[in-house]
Amino acid sequence: MAGTASSQVKRALKQLGVDASVIKRVVVALYEAEVNIVAHAYKGIITADIDPERVFLRLVDEGPGIEDIEKAMTPGFSTASQEVREMGFGAGMGLPNISRNADVLNIHSIPGKGTTLEITILIK
Amino acid sequence: MDKQPHMFHHALRIRQEACIGCSRCMRVCPTEALRVTGGKATLHPGLCVDCGECFNVCPSRAVVVEDDDITQIFNYKHRILLIPAIFFAQFQEKLTLEEINSVLYEIGFTELCTVEQGVDLLVDEINKYIDTFEGSKPVISSFCPAVIRLIQVRFPVFADQILRLLPPLEVTAQYYRGDYARHGVPLDDVGIFYVTPCAAKIAAIKAPVGGYVSPINGVINMTQLYNKVFLAYKQKRNDSEHCSLVHSSLSKTGIQWATTGGEASHIRGRSLAIDSMPNVIDFLERLENEEITGVDYLELRACDMSCCGGILVQSNRFLVKERLDQLAKDLPDKHPLDESFRETCSGCIPMDKIEPRAMVKYHSDINIALERMEESRRLRRLLPNIDCGACGAPSCEALADDIVCGRASLDNCLLIHAHEADPATIEQIWGKKRFNK
Repeated sequence: MAGTASSQVKRALKQLGVDASVIKRVVVALYEAEVNIVAHAYKGIITADIDPERVFLRLVDEGPGIEDIEKAMTPGFSTASQEVREMGFGAGMGLPNISRNADVLNIHSIPGKGTTLEITILIK
Repeated sequence: MDKQPHMFHHALRIRQEACIGCSRCMRVCPTEALRVTGGKATLHPGLCVDCGECFNVCPSRAVVVEDDDITQIFNYKHRILLIPAIFFAQFQEKLTLEEINSVLYEIGFTELCTVEQGVDLLVDEINKYIDTFEGSKPVISSFCPAVIRLIQVRFPVFADQILRLLPPLEVTAQYYRGDYARHGVPLDDVGIFYVTPCAAKIAAIKAPVGGYVSPINGVINMTQLYNKVFLAYKQKRNDSEHCSLVHSSLSKTGIQWATTGGEASHIRGRSLAIDSMPNVIDFLERLENEEITGVDYLELRACDMSCCGGILVQSNRFLVKERLDQLAKDLPDKHPLDESFRETCSGCIPMDKIEPRAMVKYHSDINIALERMEESRRLRRLLPNIDCGACGAPSCEALADDIVCGRASLDNCLLIHAHEADPATIEQIWGKKRFNK
C-alpha cells in the first residue's frame, strides 16, 4: 500500500530527533515515489539508508519505465487517464514534487523494464 | 526512566499504595508513558498528555485526578462557579436547572455561570482568524488540552498550527474576572472555580500553554460535585428561592460546543471533527504524511464523544449528548450577554504560539541515537513481537528501546525464558519462527 514506507521512515526520523522540516521533505518525496510505483510498476523495492548527514532513498521498480524523463519532470505532464484524474491522482506533479523536496535526485529508466529513483535529502 | 530536563504539571497521579500492577493502564496509554516495575505502574512525566485513558481502565482506582478541595471556595468572599453545559446534562430530566442551581448555592457558591457563554463571540473570532491566517492549514482547535499536549509531544510539526485564541472556558473566566473588577471588587475577594469533566483541563489551568496565566483559582472534580448535588437533592427537596445571580442561559451554539462537531459545524471552509485518542492520532499521522490535504480547520477531541465522554462525567456519554441536543432546541441563537462579551473580551482572546516539547527518544546526539536505534532493531528480532506486556513495557518495541537506553534488560522478556525452558509448548502456541527472526 502506498504510504507504508514513508510512514516507517517518518517514524524512524522522528525518533532520531531529525528536524521537522527535513522529515516533511523526506515524507513527501517518498510518498510521491511510492504512489508512482503502486500506480505504474508491477513490483518495487524501497530502501532507506539514514546516517547523521543525510537520508538516502532508493526505489527500484520493474515496470513500464519512463519514455522521456525530461517531459515527466515537467509540472502538469501526466500519462494518467481521465478516470484516474477524477480520483484526484495523475495531476502531473509526482516527479516535480519529488525533485522540489530532494537535495539530489537521480532517475535511471529503461522503457519496458523499469525505473530506479535515488533521492538524497540532507539532514543538516 | 531518564530524568527529563523539564517537569510538567500533571493532573493524574498513580497512588502507589493502591496500584496492583495489573498493567491495564500501560496498555492503553497513547504515548507509552507507563511502565510496570516492582509490581507498580510508574508514569513518565515528559510523555504524559493527561488524556485519562489510564484513569478509565484502572480496576483499583489507583489513578487519581489532582483536583482542588471544594472547601477552599470559602477563602473568597465572592465564589463564582463556571459550569460546562455537560454538567447539567448529566442529570437528564430528573432534576431541573433550577433545582441543580439551588443545591449549588447551598453548597456555597455565590454566582453560577455557564462556561460556553463566550462561544458566540469566539465563533466569529475563529472564522476571522482562519480567513486571515497565513501559515499552513489546517488550523487546529485550541479547545482540548489533551490534544494540545499530544501535539506538543508527538506531533511537534503541528504546534504552529494550533489556533492562537483562548478556549471558551478562559474567555468566560476573563469576562467574570473583569466584571468584578469593573464593579470595584478587590481581586483577592473573587474566587473563580471550574467544574471539570476531565484531567486535561486541570493541567491546562494549572500549567497553561501559549504564554497565558489562567484567572481560574481552583478546579472542582465533576464526579464529586455531581454526587454532592444528587445527594443533597435526594436528602431534602429544596424549594427556597435564591436571589443570587444565575447566568445559566446559553445559545444553541454554546450548549453544543463541547460535543463532537460542535465547533467544526460553525467554522467556514472545510472543517472536520475527530474524537477519541486513537482516531486523533491516526488522523494526525495521515496529515503529517500529507495523505490528507485541503482541510481548513480541525476540531480534535481526546475523548470518545468529546466532553460527553470525559473521564469525570457520570452519566452515559450518549445520553448526555442526547440531553444537550434536547435542551438546545429551546435555546436562542445568540447568548443574551453576547454584546457585553464582545465589548469586553474581544481584546483578551489571543494567546501566544504553543511551543513543542518533543521528547528525546534515544539520544540528543544523532550518532548515538542511530546506534541505539539499530541495536533496538536487532533486539526486536529476538523478541517475540506479541506485545504481551509481561516484561513491564507496553510492547516488544518499547522493551527494545528501554534496553538500549539502559532502562531494562533482555531478561525482562518472560517468553524468552519460557521458550528456553520448554520450547515445545511455546512453539505449539506461537509457532517455530517466533524467536530469532
